[in-house]
Amino acid sequence: MSSLSRKVAIVGAAETNQLGKLPHLSRMGLHAEAIRNALDDAGLTLKDVDGVFSTVAGPNEISEYLNITPRYVDGTGVGGCSYMVFVRHAVAAIAAGYCDVALIVHGESGRSWIDMEAAGTPASPQGQFEAPYGAAGAPTVFSIPVLRHFHQFGTTKRQMSHVPAATREWALLNPKAIMHDAGSITPEDVEASPVVCHPFNRLDCCLVADGGGALVLTSAERARDMRRKPVYVLGSGEGTAHRQVAMMRDFTVSDSSVLSGRQAFAEAKITPADVDHLMFYDAFSFTPMMFLEDLGFVKRGESGPFVAQTTKDASGKTIYHTGPGGSLPMNTNGGGLSYCHTGRYGMFALLEAVYQLRGECGARQVKDIELSLVHGPGRHFAAAGTVVLTNV
Amino acid sequence: MTDAQTKPYRGPLPRPTPETKPFWDGAKQHKLMLPWCKACGRAHFFPRNCCPHCFAFDLEWRQASGRGKLHTYVINHKPARGFEDKVPYVIAVVELEEGPRMMSNLVMDETPTPDKLPIDMDLEVCFDDVTAEITLPKFRIAGARS
Repeated sequence: MSSLSRKVAIVGAAETNQLGKLPHLSRMGLHAEAIRNALDDAGLTLKDVDGVFSTVAGPNEISEYLNITPRYVDGTGVGGCSYMVFVRHAVAAIAAGYCDVALIVHGESGRSWIDMEAAGTPASPQGQFEAPYGAAGAPTVFSIPVLRHFHQFGTTKRQMSHVPAATREWALLNPKAIMHDAGSITPEDVEASPVVCHPFNRLDCCLVADGGGALVLTSAERARDMRRKPVYVLGSGEGTAHRQVAMMRDFTVSDSSVLSGRQAFAEAKITPADVDHLMFYDAFSFTPMMFLEDLGFVKRGESGPFVAQTTKDASGKTIYHTGPGGSLPMNTNGGGLSYCHTGRYGMFALLEAVYQLRGECGARQVKDIELSLVHGPGRHFAAAGTVVLTNV
Repeated sequence: MTDAQTKPYRGPLPRPTPETKPFWDGAKQHKLMLPWCKACGRAHFFPRNCCPHCFAFDLEWRQASGRGKLHTYVINHKPARGFEDKVPYVIAVVELEEGPRMMSNLVMDETPTPDKLPIDMDLEVCFDDVTAEITLPKFRIAGARS
C-alpha cells in the first residue's frame, strides 16, 4: 500500500466557546458546541460530515443528538490519547474512501460532572486489584512510576518542578488559558504547594475543567479549496500495552509510547531533531518527561536534567528550555497544567498544534514553525497516540 | 486488624470473578495465592484464566512466600472514598519473590514519609479482613510488627 503521509488534512479546529467551569452545559452539550464551532471554522455544515470519531460520547449518541447518519463511526476509547488515535484512524478511513469528511469530537464535563459516569466495575481487574488499595483518580496512578524513575536515574523532584513553571510561562501568553492571569510560578512554588500524592504537589497536577473541542479532516486534495490553511497529517502512531498502572512492564518506560512514536516518525520520515514544536500531554509534571525519553528527544534517564536547564534573558528573567524563548517549545497553550484539562486532554493538544501551524497564536506563536508533534498517553501510561502535523 | 464489626467498611471492595476467586478465597484464609503456568512454569499477577507469558490455559494455584520488595510507591494525601481516616497512606507496587508485581498498601504504624521508604526495601505480606467476605492482602516492612 502506498504511504498515507500528507494524504489527509485538518481543515477545521475549534474549542467550545469557553473552558473552565461550565455548569450550563452537559457532556452532550459540550460536544454539540465544539462541533458547531469546528464546522464553522472549516466553512462546512453537519450535512458534509459522514464520519464521526468520538469516545466520551459514543458515535451513536452523537448521531442521535445531532440527528445525523454518518456512514463511518469510531468509538475507540483508550483514554486521553483517543483523539490522536482518531486522527490516525480518520486518515485511514478517508484514504480508503469510507468517509470524506471526518469529525473528531471531544466534550467532557470534567469539573461540573454533568452526565458523566465513573469508569469500571468492582469485578474488573482494576476494580479488584487497584481500587481496593485507594488508588482512585489520576493523581494516584500517574504518580506510581515516578519514584522508580528517580531511583533508577537520579532524577529529582526539583528537576521535575521545572515543568509546571515552564508551562505556566506559556499560559501567561494565551488568553484562553485558565491560568492566563495567575502569574509566573517557580520550581520552589511547585514544591511549596500542598502535597496531593507524593511525589506530586498541587502544582504538579493538571487543572480540572469542563470543555470540548473538535477537528474536521478531509483529503489533502479537497483541503486545497477550503477556507483554512490545511494542516497535513504527515505521520501517526498508536499502541496500548495494559490497563492498570501496576502492570507496567518497566516503570521508567511507556511501551505503548515507544511503539506509537516509532510508527509516527517512520511514516513522517522525520527524527526528533526535525520537530519545531512539541505538544506532550501533560496530565502531570512528570508525564511529558517520560515522553521526551520514550520518543527519543533525550536519552533514557536524561529528561530530568533536560527540563531543568534554564538561562537568563537580558532582563534577568528565567528562560526555561521548553518555555517561551527556549530551544524546544513544548505545550505552548499552557498545557493541561495551566491551560485546560477536562479529563481526556488529547483534543486540546491537537488543537494547539493546528493553531500554531496556522500561525494564529499571537504572543505565543512559535516562529518559522513547519512541523509539530503531538503525543499523549491513555489511562496513565497504558495506551499512546502520536500525530505529526505540517503546514507545508 | 480493622474494627469491621463496629464500623462498616466504606472502601471500594473487589467483586471476585470465577478466574480470581481462588486468589480471594486464599486471602480470606490469610494465604497469598498465585496462579502458575504448567506450560512455561511462571507465575503471573493479576490472576487470569490464561498465562500472559505463553497464553497456555493450564494453570495451578500455589501459595506465594509473601516476601517482596517495594518496587515503587506513592504517599497519597487526598483520600479515595473510605480512606478518609487513613491519610496519608502508601499505595505501593510490590515485586513478589516469585516475580510478578502487584499493587497493595504498605501498612505502617508511623506516618509514612519518603525517608522511611527506600525503593527496593524488603516487605512481607499481611492480611486485612476488611469485611466478613473480603480480606485484602497488604504489606508491611519485613520484620516489623503489624
